[in-house]
Amino acid sequence: MYHYDELDRTLVKERVAEFRDQVARRLSGELTEDEFKPLRLMNGVYLQLHAYMLRTAIPYGTLSSEQLRMLAHVARRYDRGYGHFTTRQNIQYHWIKLEELPDAMADLAGVGMHGMQTSGNCVRNITTDQWAGVAPDEIEDPRIWAELVRQHVTLHPEFSFLPRKFKIAVGASSHDRAALAIHDLALRLHRNGAGEMGFEVMVGGGLGRTPFLAKTIKPFLHKRDVLSYVEAVLRTYNSFGRRDNIYKARIKILVHELGAEAFAKEVEGEWQSTKDGALALDPAVLAEIAARFTYPDYLKLKDSPPAIAQARRADPGFDAWMGNSVANHKVPGYAIVTLSLKPEGGTPGDATAEQMDAIADLADRYSFGEVRVGHEQNLVLPHVAQRDLPELHRALDAIGVATPNVGLITDIISCPGLDYCSLANARSIPIAQEITRRFKNLELARNLGRLHINISGCINACGHHHVGHIGILGVEKNGEEVYQITLGGKADENAKLGALIGPAVPYAQVADVIEDIAAAYIELRARPDELFIDTVKRTGVEPFRERVYATR
Amino acid sequence: MPLVKAGKIVDDQYVRVLDDAPLPDGVPVLLTAARFLADAPELVERDAPVGVLWPNDRRVTELAPWIDRLALIALVFPKFRDGRAYSQARLLRERYGFRGELRATGDVLRDQFQFLLRAGFDALEVKKPADAAVFAEAAARFSVFYQPSADGGLPALRRRLQGTPVARVEPTGPAQSGRPDDKLRESRERTIG
Repeated sequence: MYHYDELDRTLVKERVAEFRDQVARRLSGELTEDEFKPLRLMNGVYLQLHAYMLRTAIPYGTLSSEQLRMLAHVARRYDRGYGHFTTRQNIQYHWIKLEELPDAMADLAGVGMHGMQTSGNCVRNITTDQWAGVAPDEIEDPRIWAELVRQHVTLHPEFSFLPRKFKIAVGASSHDRAALAIHDLALRLHRNGAGEMGFEVMVGGGLGRTPFLAKTIKPFLHKRDVLSYVEAVLRTYNSFGRRDNIYKARIKILVHELGAEAFAKEVEGEWQSTKDGALALDPAVLAEIAARFTYPDYLKLKDSPPAIAQARRADPGFDAWMGNSVANHKVPGYAIVTLSLKPEGGTPGDATAEQMDAIADLADRYSFGEVRVGHEQNLVLPHVAQRDLPELHRALDAIGVATPNVGLITDIISCPGLDYCSLANARSIPIAQEITRRFKNLELARNLGRLHINISGCINACGHHHVGHIGILGVEKNGEEVYQITLGGKADENAKLGALIGPAVPYAQVADVIEDIAAAYIELRARPDELFIDTVKRTGVEPFRERVYATR
Repeated sequence: MPLVKAGKIVDDQYVRVLDDAPLPDGVPVLLTAARFLADAPELVERDAPVGVLWPNDRRVTELAPWIDRLALIALVFPKFRDGRAYSQARLLRERYGFRGELRATGDVLRDQFQFLLRAGFDALEVKKPADAAVFAEAAARFSVFYQPSADGGLPALRRRLQGTPVARVEPTGPAQSGRPDDKLRESRERTIG
């Protein structure tokens, strides 16, 4: 956990006071909606189809049980009893009243939470691996760096009015669970040939109507230079990013138009003038931040206690869940448990206040009071003693978050779509719900293996459809919702954008098409353990296209 | 548009000459970038202060040769959402050591005051009189900052190391001119004491 101090808390409180004043000015008419808009956006407040929406940051996806209880309270007191976890380690409330927003924010501030910079043209919530600090394959806890950068860009006097939003992710594992390649700026911690640790810096990733994967502009950046280099990138973007067209304003377009090399050169020139200045990282500053991340007092336990094997033999449900939702922890005798927020017929990423409260209690009992949120819109209990797994499974199952479908075809990433969002052209959630019904048979889903479906309800791509193994993009054509299907995308360390398989299909046919694609994969795969994504890579989209359009 | 300097609404001493008209003698003038650069060597020899209105899409490096001879640089916010001049301001103060008046013009609103001061502006042409009237309050809305900035405020990362308690800072208005380094030192001494 990261522990806020008085300075952090003061800033969050001052922010609430500022927002209270801005809402009062809006309600009195002193501010027009146009003038209020960028101010509310700086606090994560959007005006959606039915109501204002409040987005709250969960920096690097780490929550205490106390914070999760507060999220439950806000859902219950100010919303309709639920919240929606997003693809960027945020939670959204979709039914908040403007007059009550300052109170909701004050309640959140009580546990150090806020919506600062969860929207608007500023540096957004810094994201990272939801397994940070516990993943066996990481070389250092990336949250220390995420927190350093988070602090540095909060209310930054130079970078709060950028051409467009700016998303930063930090990773430190060989396997990328933070989708680094689709971020405006990604920092990947790794070791160079000399064994020193530093960052690979990638810029210009992003989805939307012009998707790009991030390009490496600095293969190795010394740790001491991380803030000065991030500032050099931001200054270059702030100075030269396009402001004439909102669709061309992201840094990816600047990088594309200049070329990555020319962009890197511009950044390098800027950085050379500042790298030895005030931003050169003082080890004492870093140590101070690192010291406020505390780790549990783990017990000395052995891996794979015999009771687990017995329980697996005795209970097929537990066995399936163990095989699906439980991952290795870096400490012997412990496990990382993913809580699926993707039940059959559910809205991906939604959790009720009751579920959140129950999960907070379970976190206290089984996970040292800590919960994580991942970009796949699931929750994680990061420090579970393996011997507690059978008990924990029963408790999770009772509240509906133990569906053993993590990473399977029904573990769908979806944006809110036309049901909530004023930008959407098409519904996303009902498509996801229908697919979970079609593949509710776990045998079938397991036979299909790892398969990610990502759904966006418009070209802005909040559901990351470009990087889904199967991507579904809703668009509007002659007043009808139709859906483009892409195959072969992925957001990991070998990130790739999916390829379109053919003409868009109507709303009513999407689930049928997904079934056709699944059936085609079963026939096409070289071996039962060839993953869907590998089959697509080997065969290309052509055989899938033939199958899908043969009868349409 | 009220001009706010050092926390007070003041009269603008500068006459804007935004074309090729002859310059009035003995009076501070504010010129366009093109006019200034065309005659810079003669203009800086004038017996009255010279300022330049610098657009936000032109590199401030061009002003480097004249930085010590300019009394005023006015930067432009065509819309408050267009934040390019924040970068220009920091460059002028921190890299080129500009110590004259750095003025924000255009869509300058109260919710940006603190950003502007921290980026190094010390004079604000405020768009709405109502915003200028609440300057002191708006300029002191936040007392905690994480990053070092051109106004010399001590960042939270440093304050923590020094064990400095959080104290509500009295509104001081726009930063006084002076070298950023000096101010950083002063503020450190102040907060430590």
